[in-house]
Amino acid sequence: MESDFLVGLASVIAFASPIVIAAIGETLTEKSGMLNLSVNGIILLSAMAGFVAAYQTQNLVAGYLAGALVGAMIGFVLAFCSITLNQSQVAVGLVLAFLCRDLSYFLGNDFMGFSAPVIHSAPIPFLSDLPIVGMLFFDHTVMVYLSLISIPIATVWLNKTRFGLLARSVGERPEAAFARGINVNGVRYLYVILGSAMVGLAGPIYSLGLKPGWKGSMTGLDGIGWIVLAITIFGGWNPFKVSLGSYLFEFLRWIGLVYQTKFTNVPSQVLQVAPFPLMILTLVLVNIKNAEWYEAVIRLLPPPLYKLLTLKGKRKKAAPSSLGIPFRNV
Amino acid sequence: MEIKNKSHKLLKHFSFSLVAVAGALIFVSIILWIADAQPGLTFQKLIQGAFGDATKIANGFVVWVPLSLVAGAFIITFTAGLWNLGIEGQIMLGAIFTTGLMRSMQTSALPPAVIIFLSCLMGMVGGALWASLAGILRLYGGVSEIFAGVGLNFVATAFSIWLIFGPWKRPGVASMSGTVPFDEKLWLVTIPGYRLSVWSLILVAVVFVGLFVVLKKTRFGIQIKAIGKNSKAASLMGIQTRKLMMSAMLLCGAIAGLAGALQVVGVYHRLIPSISSGYGFLGMLVAMLANNDFILTPLVAYLFSILNIGGIQLPIDLHLDSTLSGVLQTALVLFFLIMNGVKQRFLEKAERKQDGE
Repeated sequence: MESDFLVGLASVIAFASPIVIAAIGETLTEKSGMLNLSVNGIILLSAMAGFVAAYQTQNLVAGYLAGALVGAMIGFVLAFCSITLNQSQVAVGLVLAFLCRDLSYFLGNDFMGFSAPVIHSAPIPFLSDLPIVGMLFFDHTVMVYLSLISIPIATVWLNKTRFGLLARSVGERPEAAFARGINVNGVRYLYVILGSAMVGLAGPIYSLGLKPGWKGSMTGLDGIGWIVLAITIFGGWNPFKVSLGSYLFEFLRWIGLVYQTKFTNVPSQVLQVAPFPLMILTLVLVNIKNAEWYEAVIRLLPPPLYKLLTLKGKRKKAAPSSLGIPFRNV
Repeated sequence: MEIKNKSHKLLKHFSFSLVAVAGALIFVSIILWIADAQPGLTFQKLIQGAFGDATKIANGFVVWVPLSLVAGAFIITFTAGLWNLGIEGQIMLGAIFTTGLMRSMQTSALPPAVIIFLSCLMGMVGGALWASLAGILRLYGGVSEIFAGVGLNFVATAFSIWLIFGPWKRPGVASMSGTVPFDEKLWLVTIPGYRLSVWSLILVAVVFVGLFVVLKKTRFGIQIKAIGKNSKAASLMGIQTRKLMMSAMLLCGAIAGLAGALQVVGVYHRLIPSISSGYGFLGMLVAMLANNDFILTPLVAYLFSILNIGGIQLPIDLHLDSTLSGVLQTALVLFFLIMNGVKQRFLEKAERKQDGE
């Protein structure tokens, strides 16, 4: 029983890996003040492209590279349309989300049901023999390790490196950054492309490992991208919390799968959407402190409880101040 | 002189749009070339699939009815500054509420026309209720209407599947083909031999005239426009932004619900799992491409409808996936946005040049 539970937790860590990488990528993009709403499309298109590339070259690395490249290209289109051509980031992002989705179904049609190489787990010697921890963290595929180490790397990157601080400065106060001689839109271009490439890496992690193969609209990846966007908000644009959000999400989904066997009269499609109301609920909980009526309601509570709530409420969610706002240096 | 200038401007505007269309066609041709298909032949089949015979032409209008309705619905919320991505779910709830009332009234003695009318009203209520959820989440929960809408779409899908496989399942075995079809006398009257109903067409016309009047000629319309332009300024001017944004959501949901209701009473005569057919998202793209214009929207909706119908033949004739229509539709919107940006830059440069002189 206990080992069943451990296996389950290990699978949660594995299945969360693409979400972690994509959500950290989106966090990097949004930190620079750019909103990329095309995540859902990028994941689908890169899953298809990565699968096809790996199938044709019989090489896994080519698959992952293709996925990241597709992501970077879509990121470039988004940056070009919204920064250079001054179009609404929301509009361009949404159009790209649907364009990429349809493209993945259209171009992937010829490759449905084929089998490409699948990544195998690579246990780390010695570490994987440790009790509990070994199984949870050190008996996975290379991509899962990548997702794990990307959490500290992104944290250090954003908080300690020059390039990371650059992103935050153009995301928070682009005018000030511009006055100090920083090429605001150049930095934003780079971060959209970098973030989208990471999102693009998530696709092949599914199609070459977690959910091998390409089955068109039956692949079951449609919707993940919206979850990634919600998790980015849930995690307050902090790579560590964003990853926690991803693990929490997969954990809840796993619990849903376990319980699915107990509700045999409910069609499986119904329980599969459980993450989405959950996503809405968490967004409500995250945002509720900013609602105007919140203050009025909690004032009615007894003073100790009120103090406790306001204490916690003071830690504001750090949305980049100029998220989604274009910058024009004319 | 002025007239000449104006026509010159119009010509310029038109030529940018033409380049956008050409760009989209070239893009799709490249995609087709990647997929090992002949672009020329494919486009030809696409047009044949849309206009090949009278049934196909009629089917184009069958798609046009819900598509133009939801595109019109999208314009309302967009005017109020909201990206209502939940239309898909609002269509489904409209269909579910309509089916619910039809099922309960099937044996009643009321004349069929009354039952159908009441069911459509019920569908509008259903769509509005579902939209109100997204509205509450946005206005009182601080959740972006984009996420609220997309999330609720998935919930609506699950709800309809649960109904089809659970409480409303067909006697015997439940299946993805939907609930038991209604008695034929409860079907919306169609043109003999086709699936198209004149009533639906009339309804679309009524809704569009109504929307035009509401958005352009009433206080409500002008106020939500002010909110969409600058909600802070509007609220400082004493406009009750929340109440009006909520009303916009409800109105949008009601029209989306009507689209769902018509799909039930006029096309499928039952509830099927994917009754919204992606029209919710497609309607958004239509409104974007038509630049939220009331005259262009029905026309663009018709273009998208014939692309949808034309795409159906592709898997049979050329072994291509029918999502090609979707690729072409979204590519059109993307290139339209691109050319819009190019035009703005171009005009700006021309203006600066004029200023310099």
